Amino acid sequence: MAITDIEKSQPFSRRMRETLRLMRKNWSAYLFLMPGLIHFAIFTLFAVGFAFYISFHEWNIIRPEKPFVGLENYLRLFEDPRFLRAVTNTLTFMVGVPLNLISGLAVALLLNTKVRGQALFRAMFYLPVVTPLVVSSIIWKWLYQGDYGLLNYYLLKFGIIQEKIFWLADPNLALPALILMGIWGGTGATMVIYLAGLQSIPQEMYDASMVDGANSWQRLRYITIPLLRPTTFFLFITSVIGTFQIFTEVYIMTNGGPLNRTTTIGYYLYTNAFRELDMGYATAMAFVLFAMIFGFTLIQWKYTRGDVEY
Amino acid sequence: MAITRTEKSVSKSDPISKPAARPIKWKDLLGKLIVYLLLTTGAIIFIAPWAWMVSASFQPIGEIFEWPPNWIPETFTLQNYVKFLAAEGFFRWVLNSGFLAVVVLVIQMFFNSLAAYTFAKRKFPGRDGLFLLMLGTLMIPGQLFLIPNYIILLRSPLFGGNNLMGVGGYGMLDSFWGIIIPYSFSVWSVFFMRQYMKGIPDDLLDAARMDGASEFLIYWKVVMPLCGPVLAAQAIFTFTFVWNDFFWPLIVISSPELRTLQLGLALFILKNKTVWDIVFAGSVVSTLPVLLIFIFFQKYFIRGIALTGMK
Repeated sequence: MAITDIEKSQPFSRRMRETLRLMRKNWSAYLFLMPGLIHFAIFTLFAVGFAFYISFHEWNIIRPEKPFVGLENYLRLFEDPRFLRAVTNTLTFMVGVPLNLISGLAVALLLNTKVRGQALFRAMFYLPVVTPLVVSSIIWKWLYQGDYGLLNYYLLKFGIIQEKIFWLADPNLALPALILMGIWGGTGATMVIYLAGLQSIPQEMYDASMVDGANSWQRLRYITIPLLRPTTFFLFITSVIGTFQIFTEVYIMTNGGPLNRTTTIGYYLYTNAFRELDMGYATAMAFVLFAMIFGFTLIQWKYTRGDVEY
Repeated sequence: MAITRTEKSVSKSDPISKPAARPIKWKDLLGKLIVYLLLTTGAIIFIAPWAWMVSASFQPIGEIFEWPPNWIPETFTLQNYVKFLAAEGFFRWVLNSGFLAVVVLVIQMFFNSLAAYTFAKRKFPGRDGLFLLMLGTLMIPGQLFLIPNYIILLRSPLFGGNNLMGVGGYGMLDSFWGIIIPYSFSVWSVFFMRQYMKGIPDDLLDAARMDGASEFLIYWKVVMPLCGPVLAAQAIFTFTFVWNDFFWPLIVISSPELRTLQLGLALFILKNKTVWDIVFAGSVVSTLPVLLIFIFFQKYFIRGIALTGMK
């Protein structure tokens, strides 16, 4: 019995020694990683654990005592009408995701037809993406102005509307207005990635379909879109994750109003943490947000994995 | 303009083509025309809000508020820019943003590429586990890190009047440290640099090793010079990200003189609701650096975006 134990442990201790030898031999690798590892350990690993801890406490940054409250922060969330409103609003913002993909794909398809001035067109569609979000929000705040805004001017001029609309002050229009702005700001990014995807489709596929007499709609429907699936999958996931975190536009353009109709989870979380100083509650909110993103990605992954070819 | 040019180029090839192909040719031409029409309309709509901002920044305030809007300034003025640079701390904020973007860029390039090289080209116990752990955390939304990192900065020992236990002062909050340190490393960037570095043949590195080069020398003299494209793409991405960033400075900075340009501009317009002349001039200034980078390095920009898929 004792002998077998020793026999068993020998390969293990030998493996340990071998590992230690390799670690000593490659000491410089650890040294090279050190700055990144320290950063990662503090601002990512420790931070997540710390956040988890905070979410079970009543954590006001100013008050020295931070009592443990168990699940109370999480339970409060589901009874907080403003939080539920924020969830609804954030999910409504998701309408922008497919619209953004469609407009990006449409532009990419047009640009992929060997047009002249492709680089110029691409740059023009891409410009909103490099524009700082603060600046985009300022421009669109002006465009949506009721009295002087450009949007009202042209809509009135072409007779589409009869009287001035106060876009950002109207509870039913403020959120759609922000979605529209999001499409303007996001199309360029999806376009560029779709273009890269389109250029990786082999020309032979199209040549073969031409021989079979497929028209351009059939080529789009049965070749292009299916072959772009991995790109669409990637864009869909990243856009949804981005949409879950919308903040800046809301902060600058609407302050979450009117009537909380544009309050997103990201914005509500910020106000709880830094205006109400209720950091335990805000952190619990962040975990619920994480769970939503995680769950969503998992569902996406499960339903599309079989179809995605790499 | 573009339309007439294609028409010409198509008709030039006409005499060569067989008469039987002609009806299809016309159809193609019509298709091309529609493509150009759609693209031009779309591009104009996309560029219009932006063009308006530039135009308005050269108009006196009275003209900005006029209906119908003036797309070309009636009275061209640079006054808005003069007022912008004189107002509050705008000049200082431009410098702050530039300083932060460059410092973060330099630090990140060094630390990220060092880590990327190690993950791509070195073999050592724990490598794959560490790398997977890092990638695994990429799915966590930024909001989750917001509060713990805020408290970590607040409690940083020996910063901003804190003692060794991290108590007594504001730590790294309300200082540039609070932006530089959290932004000094990026797993995303490490990931993309590593992908690129894996493509460099090991023979090159082994040859340098034979000649007795140290690991650092191999990284610095052999690998880095071969990473031009990915470094350029990441550098552009990092600069743009820090320059455009709003959320983190909003959390960290409270002294007016330490604001970044985006933060200063946003708080300025929320406080003064009618000074659109200054705000439009400020918006142009705040877009200018990234615009110039975009124009001059479009190739790297697009490639970087296509590679990373980041907005």
